[in-house]
Amino acid sequence: MSFINYASREINCKIVYYGPGLCGKTTNLQHVYQKTAPDAKGKMISLATETERTLFFDFLPLALGEIRGFKTRFHLYTVPGQVFYDASRKLILKGVDGVVFVADSQEERLDANIESLDNLRINLEEQGYDLDKIPFVIQYNKCDLPNVTPLEELRALLNPQNVPEFQACATTGEGVFETLKAVAKLILVELRQGTGG
Amino acid sequence: MLGPNTSSFVMYDEEFKRINLVIEKLLRDANAKVIFLVDKNGQLISSVGETEHLDTTSLASLTAGNIAATGGLAKLIGEKEFSILFHEGEKDNLHISIVAERVILVVIFDQRSSLGLVRLRVKKGSEELTQIFYDLAKKSEVQEKSGNALSPFAEITDDDIDNLFS
Ligand SMILES: Nc1nc2c(ncn2[C@@H]2O[C@H](COP(=O)(O)OP(=O)(O)O)[C@@H](O)[C@H]2O)c(=O)[nH]1
Ligand SMILES: [Mg+2]
Repeated sequence: MSFINYASREINCKIVYYGPGLCGKTTNLQHVYQKTAPDAKGKMISLATETERTLFFDFLPLALGEIRGFKTRFHLYTVPGQVFYDASRKLILKGVDGVVFVADSQEERLDANIESLDNLRINLEEQGYDLDKIPFVIQYNKCDLPNVTPLEELRALLNPQNVPEFQACATTGEGVFETLKAVAKLILVELRQGTGG
Repeated sequence: MLGPNTSSFVMYDEEFKRINLVIEKLLRDANAKVIFLVDKNGQLISSVGETEHLDTTSLASLTAGNIAATGGLAKLIGEKEFSILFHEGEKDNLHISIVAERVILVVIFDQRSSLGLVRLRVKKGSEELTQIFYDLAKKSEVQEKSGNALSPFAEITDDDIDNLFS
């Protein structure tokens, strides 16, 4: 749920990066952080285990600029991907305005992608959201690796709704901003229509 | 108060001023260093006091994560919610409480104050804040029903959106 503050003339939106463990969610945020001008970003916070696996969430606040005199801020969150962190994932989805599903394109992660996407839909429903109605984009990450599932197949299995989709390599940054921009755009369009969820 | 299916959480000038008056008074009455209000989704609503050296955006997000996590814990043991959290540090302490079910009130204080005093003043301040957030919710509802909820974004163009990323 976006937060519009007429007093400080700000608008805040929450974007959550979802996906199976090790698909590259944290790497997406790290790239955005590295490529964003210092005055447009806050600190990136990672609540991680000693082995750098996301424990609770990563958080990156971005201040992208003004629209119609309103400062537009996006708060980017990632969820921990491992199956047993489901309780934490539910908490992070609260008040979400848009979701990026980061898929791991490697063949051996196909089942994990499908499972995580199902899990996303169920956890959203628990909060009263319908994945088919909220701003939602899909990223096929790790497209640089040799053992990836063909795009057509990924598309058929993960994106039957035909939402905006991007191939990406988060480690080099390819596709990272395209993905972010697409979900941000869907959120703003939603706000324009006054049906912001 | 506001379910996930209502549209945006909106803050108007009038209520913003009223809120700030209350937390500024609370800051003085409780001898606190910093007070901030955060929406349960992690967005900072307002802050007063010695905030120059504080990363209030990060504080807001972590506070909301903290409340969400302890709320989850509460449910697991059959409690509805822990309405007050207290973290004691070597110099500074954090008093966290929930106002009007959806807003988090954080008071940072040091040895110039005490937990007892903070607790007492927070109680009073919370009642006033609850009333304001209640008024705010009603106002948003009325605006929405009358179709007056003129979103500042109603007239944005695709170019406006593209320009954000240029
Ligand atoms: N080859 C390759 N490796 C990647 C890519 N994106 C992420 N990784 C690596 O995959 C591992 C897990 O990434 P991380 O962002 O921590 O995954 P998370 O669990 O989704 O947050 C790290 O070692 C990354 O460097 C990519 O596009 N290509
Ligand atoms: Mg991670």
